[in-house]
Amino acid sequence: MLLQLCAPLTAVFNVLPGSIADGFIWSILTIGVFISYKILNIADMSVEGTFALGGTVTAALLTIGVPVSVAMIVGAIGGFIAGVFTAILHTKLKIPAILSGILTMFILYSINIHVLGNKASLALLGRITLMRKLAEATSPMVANLIVGGIFALLTVGASYWFFGTKYGSSVRATGCNPEMARAQGINTDGRIILTLGISNALAALSGSLLAQSNNNVTANMGSGAIVIGLAGVVLGEAFVKEKWPFAFRLIGVLAGSVLYRIVIALALQLLNGFLTADDMKLISAVLIIAVLAAKRFSAKRPLKTKSNNLSENLNAENK
Amino acid sequence: MLKINNVVKIFNKNTINQKIALNGIDLELEEGDFVTVIGGNGAGKSTLLNVIAGVFSPDEGKIILDGKDITNVPEHKRSADVARVFQDPMKGTAAEMNVEENVAIAKMRGKKRGLGWNVTKEDKKKFKELVSQLDLGLENYMSQKVSLLSGGQRQALTLLMATINKPKLLLLDEHTAALDPKTAEKVLEITSKVTQNQTTVMITHNMKDALRFGNKIIMMNEGKIVFSASGEEKKKLTVNALLEKFAIVGNQTDRVLLS
Repeated sequence: MLLQLCAPLTAVFNVLPGSIADGFIWSILTIGVFISYKILNIADMSVEGTFALGGTVTAALLTIGVPVSVAMIVGAIGGFIAGVFTAILHTKLKIPAILSGILTMFILYSINIHVLGNKASLALLGRITLMRKLAEATSPMVANLIVGGIFALLTVGASYWFFGTKYGSSVRATGCNPEMARAQGINTDGRIILTLGISNALAALSGSLLAQSNNNVTANMGSGAIVIGLAGVVLGEAFVKEKWPFAFRLIGVLAGSVLYRIVIALALQLLNGFLTADDMKLISAVLIIAVLAAKRFSAKRPLKTKSNNLSENLNAENK
Repeated sequence: MLKINNVVKIFNKNTINQKIALNGIDLELEEGDFVTVIGGNGAGKSTLLNVIAGVFSPDEGKIILDGKDITNVPEHKRSADVARVFQDPMKGTAAEMNVEENVAIAKMRGKKRGLGWNVTKEDKKKFKELVSQLDLGLENYMSQKVSLLSGGQRQALTLLMATINKPKLLLLDEHTAALDPKTAEKVLEITSKVTQNQTTVMITHNMKDALRFGNKIIMMNEGKIVFSASGEEKKKLTVNALLEKFAIVGNQTDRVLLS
């Protein structure tokens, strides 16, 4: 009896540190997806390609002996350029956003294979990654936790700062109400181009860190990145209400990304035998649908009464 | 101040759905003029406002604001000089942002938006004072998302945002049409407060408002200005006189709608 109870608990304990580390690394992608999907109101598929691009560029550069910091920066710049490309397809050629993203993703699939020297994968064992020194001094797990955590917190902090500035606020207005934004003198096309660049630079940074943490890259490592990113966003928003201040929403996204990793790892561990790593995409999609469905059925009523109350209060005050 | 020269706007040019929305409009406004625009549905009132605001360029003609040809200046660059309030109360504000963030965005209209904090402590105080002038109690809800406000409150806020940095020209596109009569009255009160000495173009469907507001009036039909009056001549106009003009230009259906 006791043993039966203990098994899940040990499972939780075993998967926790690794999942949190993974969650930190993936949360940078998640914040990128949050920026495009929630702030700009654009479902941008390019992250599938740019996530992998960050990994492949970093790996290729590390292999020829480029310092890790430079390799990561070049990877992120690659993501930025790809994001700008998607945004230009969308704003200047008027291609629907979803198709623009898919086109970029397709182009990047070919590019990623070329970056890896016409190979589908590349091992990074023995290369000087960001985590390596720390991993030798402690353990790979601790190194991933610390490096991932630092980058995740820096990304949350930087996003909070950026979207609180005058420029960042104009980006939020662009996503929320482009007509109003233009009427207020905001160049909405310009904002979309820059912000999709930033969003994809974050995706690439996330991919670069994952490549280093795994000591391995594959050209298709970004496959499913959009769903994983959305899962983090959706899980985060399940706990943080939309009316809460912006900082909470960002922290919610970070938490959602970590939570997603824990849930997936637990599902694989506890249902070992039924589910394999191949089922991860299935579990992810079901998880997103479940959370969205729960939100649909629970959140509608209380939100409405709240808005009525405010309007009524204001009206009462005017009488 | 504002000079509109022979402006023509054709939608779906050279197709079977071709529609001449503006057919040679000439209009001149002096500084401080307040012109009300009336006319039936499809008369070209909103198209005229959109051409002035730069939502789209005219096919022919010129728009000159303060001596500067702005005919082909893009919308977002024009908005430093030309402010707008839309008919739909949802269009003028960013719903997911709070009241003071919206005001802060309007405050930067026509200026370079840098990396300084959007709403500083000092701004908070200033904006609260500005919003309290609306007399709606909104100043107690500065950090509430605009989506929680009613249509009238949002429209009043949009008016404040449009006039916060005095624009050269204010465009009001039936901005009270979507509101209930009592709220519309309140928003009109605010309108007259914020448009003191403000060059304004206001479209309205309400004849009484068209006569009550402004020193000039124009009536549009099928993309043309068919009647205009200003000063003393406008003061003498009555709703019935306007309806008669409508009958002459052949808008029988509108006559029923408007009376």
